[in-house]
Amino acid sequence: MATITLDKLVKSYGKARVIHGIDLEVRDGEFVVFVGPSGCGKSTTLRMIAGLEEVSGGEIRIGDNVVNELDPKARNIAMVFQNYAIYPHMTVRQNIAFGLYTTKLGKEEKNRRVEEAGRILGLTPFLDRRPAALSGGQRQRVAIGRAMVREPAAFLFDEPLSNLDAQLRAQMRIEIKALHHRLGTTIAYVTHDQVEAMTMADRIVVMRDGHILQSGPPMEIYDDPVDVFTARFIGTPSMNILPGREADGRAVADGDGGLLFGIRPQDLLVREGAVAADALELTGTVTAVEPLGPETLVHFDLAGQPVIATAPARAVPEVGSQVSAQAARSEIHRFDRKTERSLGRRR
Amino acid sequence: MTAATATAREARPLPMARLRPGRIVTWTVLFIGGVLMVTPLLFMFSTSLKDAGQIYDLRLIPEDPTLANYFEVLGDGRFLRWFLNSSLVAIAVTLSNVFFDSLVGYTLAKFRFRGRQFVFLAILSTLMIPTEMLVIPWYLMSANFGWLDTYWGIMFPGMMTAFGTFLMKQFFETVPDDFLEAARIDGLNEFAIWWRVAMPLVTPALSALAIFTFLGNWTAFFWPLIVTTSSELYTLPIGLTSFAVEQAIRWEMIMTGAALATIPTLIVFLLLQRYIVRGVMLAGLKG
Repeated sequence: MATITLDKLVKSYGKARVIHGIDLEVRDGEFVVFVGPSGCGKSTTLRMIAGLEEVSGGEIRIGDNVVNELDPKARNIAMVFQNYAIYPHMTVRQNIAFGLYTTKLGKEEKNRRVEEAGRILGLTPFLDRRPAALSGGQRQRVAIGRAMVREPAAFLFDEPLSNLDAQLRAQMRIEIKALHHRLGTTIAYVTHDQVEAMTMADRIVVMRDGHILQSGPPMEIYDDPVDVFTARFIGTPSMNILPGREADGRAVADGDGGLLFGIRPQDLLVREGAVAADALELTGTVTAVEPLGPETLVHFDLAGQPVIATAPARAVPEVGSQVSAQAARSEIHRFDRKTERSLGRRR
Repeated sequence: MTAATATAREARPLPMARLRPGRIVTWTVLFIGGVLMVTPLLFMFSTSLKDAGQIYDLRLIPEDPTLANYFEVLGDGRFLRWFLNSSLVAIAVTLSNVFFDSLVGYTLAKFRFRGRQFVFLAILSTLMIPTEMLVIPWYLMSANFGWLDTYWGIMFPGMMTAFGTFLMKQFFETVPDDFLEAARIDGLNEFAIWWRVAMPLVTPALSALAIFTFLGNWTAFFWPLIVTTSSELYTLPIGLTSFAVEQAIRWEMIMTGAALATIPTLIVFLLLQRYIVRGVMLAGLKG
């Protein structure tokens, strides 16, 4: 196990700089998820840690060693790829053992590790099959097995669940999380799926355009996003962002206001009746409803601005009707309209 | 399958699409083409089974078939020697092509280095130079290095080909980089990554390259004719030509020699038919 430290890390392709001097420490045994939209630099960062991309500036340390110039094999890390990268001409057993190809372990020890990985990952019945005879989830487990047998200092995962269907993805999320608890190895995990980030990470690193916007535990990022981008990126559905101003300590929706108010759909509740003194009330015409079972998402139009609110499961408003939704003052995030940086919440 | 489903399947009428006039014309043309291709081959085998008295009897199945011609041809030690020469040359050149063409193709497909495109274009441009133009430089080179009338002299021009390099490069480009990067992280060196990971992933292309190279070299005539002078080094096509000259009007002997020379080609074709068809499709070649 090891700490991974990024110190003013820079990556450039010719004159184009894609990673702008980022600093980060992934602590020993920590599960850190890099999340961000396509092209934000999260995979490039991971590939630099793996040694698959050259570092243009700054330093990468694994443990106490600076690894900038080391070959991937000398870094003692293992990586799991999006398309599994398991070899179709080898059996599951051979694929898993391939991770030990260059080690000097005895044959017995190699076998023991392969069997152990197979057992932990539920692959024992499939060890002598070819990958073509496995499902997507099983293939991804083979890829994880190949990484596991090497007992590396850290695991790197590059969007490992993107090729799986939603149900299998949910299952594999739990399995990888359980595996991390069991092995306690440092994990750096890249995804563009904020649900994966929220459910799996000890710490989320939100990236955009080669910068780290925010790094912290999932609920901290959810509750206190540092800017509008992070606020909208984390959480499903995305946070509503409305221009407004404050009057007498109350939030007032106003297209000309100097603030942006952020309200998560889960905190904007469709309800009839009196408005609490410090609450924000929004009224508009329903454009769509999405019954989810436990609750219903209500899309409505607020003077040309789309807004999403939540209604109780059985109280589904009609499309075209007028609805009124309220958010408590403590649930309203405030952002500077110019810089889009957070100004916090009034609690 | 149950009896009921089997019956239902048999009773299903032939789809109308299969009986369209266009299809009938296509099949007829293909059938005629097939007959035109196969007839000389059948006559060759037929004539090889006839004695001298029957060769102008044009029946396809000989009245009194005999293997005497085969015994006579094989009894002449030279034929076996030519056969072995051809085998040696075709196998060595094939192995060399499979190794070097894929090594260079892999390098051009998977590594980024200064001048890569130039090297690739330089290799590709050699495809535009006809063999006839190359023969004189090859000959002068062979004469200078003392390779005339040697196995190496016969083989060296074909040990690596621009076509093979191009074919393999195109195929290695389809191998996802993740496979190679995973192996790199697992600690393999670049040669081991090529040999143990990339090569098994392009076996269809390798089979196609091996088959085309083998057949091309088995039937090669022009260069072996020029570079060899002693009959011990003749390959089969050259040997057969000299044999035909010697035998003058003994067609049954000439056809027996030709039949023997064709047998390995037919075996390769019959055994690897699937790969040849796939290879032709993959390489976008005419067979």
